[in-house]
Amino acid sequence: MRTQPAGQMLRPVRHTDWKDLTFTLFNYIMLSLLVIITIYPFYYILIYSISDPIEVQKGVYLWPAGFSLEAYRATVQLPGILDAAIVSVSRTVLGTLITVFSCSFFAYLITKEEMPYRKIIYRFVLITMYFNAGFIPWYLTMKTYGLQNNFLLYIIPSAMSGFNIILIKTFIEQLPASLEESAKIDGAGYFRIYRSIIFPLSMPIIATIAVFSAVGQWNTWFDNFFLVENPKLQTLQLVLYNFLNQSSNLSNMTTEELTRGDVVRSLTPQSIRMTITMLVTLPIVLVYPMLQRYFVKGIMMGAVKG
Amino acid sequence: MQRTETLNSSVKQRAGKLNRKDGIHLLLLATPFVLFTLAFSYVPLFGWIYAFFDYKPGIPLQQTPFLGLENFRNMFDDPRMGPVLANTLALSLLSIATAPIPMLLAILISEVRSGWFKRLVQTVSTLPNYISWIIVFSLAFSMFSTEGAVNSIMLKTGIGSPPVDILGNYDRVWTVQTLLLLWKSAGWSAIIYLAAIVGIDSEQYDAAKVDGAGRMRTIWHITLPSIMPTFIVLLLLSVSNLLSAGFEQYLVFSNVMIADRIEVLDLYVYRLGLVTGDYSYSTAVGIFKTVISVLLLFSVNILSKKVRGQGIV
Repeated sequence: MRTQPAGQMLRPVRHTDWKDLTFTLFNYIMLSLLVIITIYPFYYILIYSISDPIEVQKGVYLWPAGFSLEAYRATVQLPGILDAAIVSVSRTVLGTLITVFSCSFFAYLITKEEMPYRKIIYRFVLITMYFNAGFIPWYLTMKTYGLQNNFLLYIIPSAMSGFNIILIKTFIEQLPASLEESAKIDGAGYFRIYRSIIFPLSMPIIATIAVFSAVGQWNTWFDNFFLVENPKLQTLQLVLYNFLNQSSNLSNMTTEELTRGDVVRSLTPQSIRMTITMLVTLPIVLVYPMLQRYFVKGIMMGAVKG
Repeated sequence: MQRTETLNSSVKQRAGKLNRKDGIHLLLLATPFVLFTLAFSYVPLFGWIYAFFDYKPGIPLQQTPFLGLENFRNMFDDPRMGPVLANTLALSLLSIATAPIPMLLAILISEVRSGWFKRLVQTVSTLPNYISWIIVFSLAFSMFSTEGAVNSIMLKTGIGSPPVDILGNYDRVWTVQTLLLLWKSAGWSAIIYLAAIVGIDSEQYDAAKVDGAGRMRTIWHITLPSIMPTFIVLLLLSVSNLLSAGFEQYLVFSNVMIADRIEVLDLYVYRLGLVTGDYSYSTAVGIFKTVISVLLLFSVNILSKKVRGQGIV
């Protein structure tokens, strides 16, 4: 605060204090409401899934009714769940590795001014951000490439991403050029410089991209939905989707299915549904708060660029 | 003098040679990525050719009759096209109408003094952005279906008696879907505004305070005008996405009761192509969508250049 005669400040300050207080109160109430609205559905499926399967049918709102992991035990035994979990984890890990490598290595190459046609090549890749051939051509192309019912469908087409490349390139350009030059004088090739200098130095942005792409891989399911029928290659998301479709329309059939799969009779499709949802959401909810700041940094870098 | 010049030029020549060798090396290293982009982003464009033929799956394209623009003309006679376009535009416009909410949210968050509360709100409000629409559907189902939490709370407290099917309500489906989209995306969209707010020079606020401005006034006269450019850019971008109302969202939330009002263009293309098997017509509709979107993007970009002196693409 600048210095001002005390008497002159007195009235406006008291006035604004009262207004400020109202504003603060309003603000905290609004934001608390927002937090509750956002978090409650997650909390609800959590308490539902860990409640006692019989007690829970009377309804739960704030606290779990009893405690039982029966729903989890039954869910992981459902046919196909384990396979789907393995597929989901593999696509997340492999897909992320491939994306991070392709985008970062290409971004590094494109920063090198000695590359001929550098601008054209860069644009050629970036333009893909703005157009999309459309659903049917995409579908037919993937089929032509033999990616139908093929695990590679999950990890290959998503390898290059214009947005990631912009972020990494911008980051690499800020690195001091001298480090690279000295390595070059020592006879290191481009790949070696990338591997031992550029990649480690770009860790902040690489981490951001890795998290972006891991979350994307974990969540994506339409490639599975459209092009993969093999149940062995199903992702968790699609298992959940199929289950939701069944239990919203034909809950009787699902109960039948459940009892056939030697699962305790008392479990309702409802608890199984909540439990699968929890299992699919859990990795994100657990990992996400730790990585949130990377995300924020990442999108801010993107925002500054745009 | 002459010697140094020849020396210089020979160094330059050597450097030039080295550069050219390096350049070729770099090109070779980049080639796989370029080919890859070609294969996965450009080759599918050749699929547009299906729109001009009467293609049936299983029969090679050469043996199918050439239709020219007939598929495109058919769009005008297609009785589904009107409702589908209306759904798409309505849902897009409704989501554009809620665009100021993330901005207001960012302002509210930025006015929070307590550090932990600020972090809590930010972390929690962005969480829904990272879960799939399938999970959102599952959460919404457990909240709003006839056996869901909302209905049972209403029954228990006696606020409402008969179970209300919120997700199958034909008249409210657009509102419900817009609110769901807002729930999922508001926190995330707020981040960009928060970044813009952080960038505002704090001296402006100090100066305003000295002049006796309260918080409402500083928000109105400093924060809002400072983040307006960001708002306009995002608004323009969403205009260019007018025909791309979220495919996944409406696919998962579609049910018998509301299917008619939720069928957006992307969903229609999928249904025509994969469910009905009409690849050619479906591709034509897809092309129509892409072309309009690109045109919108360019017009919006030109508009942005005129208004702000800066493009957005």
